[in-house]
Amino acid sequence: MIEEKKFNRQYNYAFIDESTKKEIRRKLLKAICIPGYQVPYSSPEMPIARGWGTGGLHITLAIIGKKDVFKIIDQGSDASVNACNLRDFVQDTTACEVTFETRQASIIQTRHRITEEKLQKHQIMVFQVPQPEPLRGVERYERKTRQMHAEADYAKMWVSLYESYVRFGDIMRGAGYPVKVNGRYVMSPSPIPRWDIPNLNQAECLYLFGAGREKRLYAVPPHTDVAPLEFEDVKFKIESFTDASCNLSGEKMAFMDELYHSDGSSSHVVNDSDFLDKVLEKSRPGQWSNKYLIAKLEQLEKEFSTKKSKGNGQH
Amino acid sequence: MDNTNWLLKVEGLTKIYGEPDANTLNRTGSLFNSNQCPETGAIVACNNINFSLYPGEVLGIVGESGSGKSTIVKMLYFDFEPTSGSACLSVFKDGERNIFEETNQKKRFLRNHKMGMVYQNPRDGLNFRFTSGGNIAEKLLMAGNFNVGSIRERASSLLASTEVSIARMDETPAAFSGGMQQRVQISKAIANNPPLLFLDEVTTGLDVSVQAKVLDMIRKLQQELGIAMIVVSHDLSVIRMLTDRTLVMKDGHIVEQGLTDQILQDPQNTYTQLLVSSLL
Repeated sequence: MIEEKKFNRQYNYAFIDESTKKEIRRKLLKAICIPGYQVPYSSPEMPIARGWGTGGLHITLAIIGKKDVFKIIDQGSDASVNACNLRDFVQDTTACEVTFETRQASIIQTRHRITEEKLQKHQIMVFQVPQPEPLRGVERYERKTRQMHAEADYAKMWVSLYESYVRFGDIMRGAGYPVKVNGRYVMSPSPIPRWDIPNLNQAECLYLFGAGREKRLYAVPPHTDVAPLEFEDVKFKIESFTDASCNLSGEKMAFMDELYHSDGSSSHVVNDSDFLDKVLEKSRPGQWSNKYLIAKLEQLEKEFSTKKSKGNGQH
Repeated sequence: MDNTNWLLKVEGLTKIYGEPDANTLNRTGSLFNSNQCPETGAIVACNNINFSLYPGEVLGIVGESGSGKSTIVKMLYFDFEPTSGSACLSVFKDGERNIFEETNQKKRFLRNHKMGMVYQNPRDGLNFRFTSGGNIAEKLLMAGNFNVGSIRERASSLLASTEVSIARMDETPAAFSGGMQQRVQISKAIANNPPLLFLDEVTTGLDVSVQAKVLDMIRKLQQELGIAMIVVSHDLSVIRMLTDRTLVMKDGHIVEQGLTDQILQDPQNTYTQLLVSSLL
């Protein structure tokens, strides 16, 4: 009997049974074929509650093999509770190697960040997505949002961006800024900061997104156009971190966490823990490059040179 | 009038709710004083409606409530799907295609570029969670204008032409009076300079002085922009003030049509006579 076979073992390799893994892989292939399109999938039961990273875990477990090297980050950190527990779980059920080093990993599961280090073509990034539907904020009915996607009717999304500009003087979207993938589907990039959004565009690596609670998978294949929604005269911007530098490493070209101290003061620290370690070891890895980061770098260099010339003047 | 230069040609437009049988259309209508089929209980909202609308013309549709007049414009604006019938627009594919058979994208294109609609209830035509400017922006964005500066310029000039204070452009319509909401709706409807505008009971529910203002404004816009309009109303004074030609409807049928003055002065059909004589 199938049942006997199934329950004789404690669990299958990578926890999920093979037929369900096959289903998830087929849905992933569909998602890759239609960049940005949300594919419904089974979202099987896991030993953690839906909404706690099950979508990412489903993808990871469906694609992982014995030769894979697995890394998982939660808001940039390898050491936070969510990351540690999911890492232990994946290691227990697959016995594959795990790492903190971005460059060694073949599969990187993430919650709310893309690594600071540029990913290569053999790497896959798996996102844990809380809300896959970018239009949910403007349209509450699933039936209608599906129709809006089908007909590429994104007027309501645009009006909400216009409204944000009118009310607050800028497009007030921190995490999860809506993007248009391959000129067709508007996609929620999961709550990554705006800093990471340009790194989705024309990347070498494969991005997979899983929303376990909402039972949706989607993907951005390598070398795909991903453009943030912006107006002709009101443009998308990344976080600026004006005058902020990491108080551990002095680094300025990275996404920062702001830490508040008991005396009311605050300081910044690089958010990506592996990147911070590498910077402290003086082996700074190759970062992403995009027009926003290049502009920021130029601005930093300009500030540096003016400071230097001022310093020279005083002596 | 030249009969070939129509803007909109509607033929055999029919809308039935419920399950009709072969005799349903023959057993309902003004002669039977009912739009409900006695056998199947199906409701015939519109029965074989034919008319043409010419560029710049204002056509009135008058009738009692439930006679199917709103259903006609809502079908033409793609809010409801017709059971059968066709409509052609001369400004779309040379008027050779039945617009009801087009894809949803094409229908949305027609709604955004070639038509405007003003509903009786502003809540149907406006999104009360967006500002008035945002509501107008929606139409402009759908037509592919992605420049915030030019959107705001166009929205404020539209609101100025419909006499809504520009200072209140960034408030939601919920904060406005009924008359102002209606004027915001009109601004939205004409945002993309459509050749065709549908007005569905626009002044119902407004007080008399505001009614007069809104009607004045519609007449002014019509004369300035030369938009063809279909005005649906149960109010004969609105029809008399705005329209050139009128269709009189009863139980899903057109019972009489002709020049508005003629119909009001010399009604032929018994129902029209009743309607005109009950004018206060």
